[in-house]
Amino acid sequence: MKAHYGYKDGAGDFFLIIDTDQCVDCQDRGCVPACPEGVLEIITDDYENEVAAVVEDHRKKIKYSCAPCKPDRDRPPLPCVMACPAGAITHSW
Amino acid sequence: MVEYWRWREYRWHAQHKDWREGELVTAGVDVGSVSSQAVIVVDGELYAYSNMRTGSDSPESARKAMEWALEETGLTLDDIGFVVGTGYGRVNVPFSNKAITEIACHARGANYMYGPNVRTVLDMGGQDCKVIRCDDRGKVSAFVMNDKCAAGTGRGMEVFADLLALPIEEVGELSFQVEEEPPPVSCTCVIFAKSEATALLREGWPKNRVLAAYCSAMAHRVVTLLEQVGIEKEFAITGGIGKNIGVVRRLEDEIGVKALPAKLDTQIAGGLGGALFAQRLLKKKLAAAA
Amino acid sequence: MITAGIDMGSKTIKVVVLRNGRIIGKAMILAGFESQQAAEQAFATALEEAGITGEEVERTAATGAGRKYAPRTQQAISEVAGDARGVHKLYPNARTVIDVGAEEGRAIRCNEKGKVLDFALNEKCAAGAGAFTEAMSRALEVKIEDLGPMSLTSENAIPMNAQCAVFAESEVVSLLHQKTPKEDIARAVHDAIASRIVSLARKVGFEPEVVLIGGVAQNKGFVDSLQRALECQVMVPEDPEYIGAFGAALAATEG
Repeated sequence: MKAHYGYKDGAGDFFLIIDTDQCVDCQDRGCVPACPEGVLEIITDDYENEVAAVVEDHRKKIKYSCAPCKPDRDRPPLPCVMACPAGAITHSW
Repeated sequence: MVEYWRWREYRWHAQHKDWREGELVTAGVDVGSVSSQAVIVVDGELYAYSNMRTGSDSPESARKAMEWALEETGLTLDDIGFVVGTGYGRVNVPFSNKAITEIACHARGANYMYGPNVRTVLDMGGQDCKVIRCDDRGKVSAFVMNDKCAAGTGRGMEVFADLLALPIEEVGELSFQVEEEPPPVSCTCVIFAKSEATALLREGWPKNRVLAAYCSAMAHRVVTLLEQVGIEKEFAITGGIGKNIGVVRRLEDEIGVKALPAKLDTQIAGGLGGALFAQRLLKKKLAAAA
Repeated sequence: MITAGIDMGSKTIKVVVLRNGRIIGKAMILAGFESQQAAEQAFATALEEAGITGEEVERTAATGAGRKYAPRTQQAISEVAGDARGVHKLYPNARTVIDVGAEEGRAIRCNEKGKVLDFALNEKCAAGAGAFTEAMSRALEVKIEDLGPMSLTSENAIPMNAQCAVFAESEVVSLLHQKTPKEDIARAVHDAIASRIVSLARKVGFEPEVVLIGGVAQNKGFVDSLQRALECQVMVPEDPEYIGAFGAALAATEG
């Protein structure tokens, strides 16, 4: 399932997208500790799978939560994206 | 003082059906930030429901919605084998056996309401707007939910109904009573759009024209959300704004796809999906106990 | 040399008249629906205070969201440039400028010469600007000028879930129903918008001295929340709303 967590407001689209089908076989769960702001966690979804998700508290301010990893210039590769061996995590901004 | 945002609350049950003849009686309670619905399903068929405004207390709203749905049916809470709580207040439904997200519930509910060909569900609720992609069994394959920003939500529409002093249930129709379709308001943000609308009114724009401009902007905004997960036919709409043709028709025009016609109240999709999940879970529970 | 600066803000229009770099007259007026008329009125008021006529003003520069519509101007500068200019004149050690207006929030980083190095905006969303506190003061049924002092009396920090001014209004109503003290809600309102502004500041990498300007700077509750969230002292000049116009007037001296 492609889960888009985040929001769209007057300033633009800010979504962290997780392809949770890839989470099912993941042993490592490296994405969770990789995030310096604690944006990600593992949950049991409605279909009883253990998958990665954006923490509820961060969902509505994801632009602000992810801001430390997204300076205006010289943006390095995002730690969460790099931590996922299946490439299941992408950002819309 | 007239409250323009107020819509009719109501309940319904299948008069010709006797729930006692059924085997599995389950319920779903959807406590949203703006409205709450309790839906009762007997052997997988819709039996009764209630739709009312959520009060300041979620557990209380859940109880009231449930009581109202049960009224006149002869059913009591004890007769219900399994209750699923969903919606923003799902963790606060005191009598629920399990909480399931409104994403999964709306997909399930839409699958019942519109049939197994539905692949894209647009739900425009009181304080959120979501697009759900699902399979023929109503299982979610992708979703995007926006509950941060009021634009594209029921509350956004309520703000405008209030500003223009028009009853919310009529805004859809009224938005088409214009000489020609105006350009959309330029501000996405409801607060700024409201200032923009005030200026337009002052310039002499008739109310319906301002309404049309706002519905147009809302429709466009929803379309961009739809495009994020992609639109695959068949396309269906659930949630309160599904009843607002001012937004629905405009967005259908923009995406070039018509939504399936609603034969049941679009606001009950979440609760209905919950009741259907409850049915499956009850079956499992009984099978495990046997 | 006599110059003037007009800040055509979305809510208010500010005019500042300078003689040799010093303010001799200023005026602020609600922009309303006829912003040009309002600008003319503000101009007239500022000139009266300065004791001069319009002809004596050698050059006028405009800034602000509506600067295209400013009457009587010979040049226009961006809000970011105006803010940096104005602040640098008053605080030569300023390295970060935060401007929170009615409809937009800005964070600007500048160097020792007052030149803009980087900036970030919170635009198009009421939650990141003064419109937020205004909407909340309505929901709390208090005057906007009382919101700040009220929040300072709170001893409880409570979270605010809503990140939108419209939803926050519903949340405030809900909190009031639950008998939450108004001052605690007021504080939560300021903490909420401060955290958004701080994210903006972090985006440009803020460093002291940090100067806060714009209408919302008058709100002591907001200033308090901002300082706590930044963990750094924030300077607020007198008449913080006029700094943009001041900066424009300064720019006009250079033509």
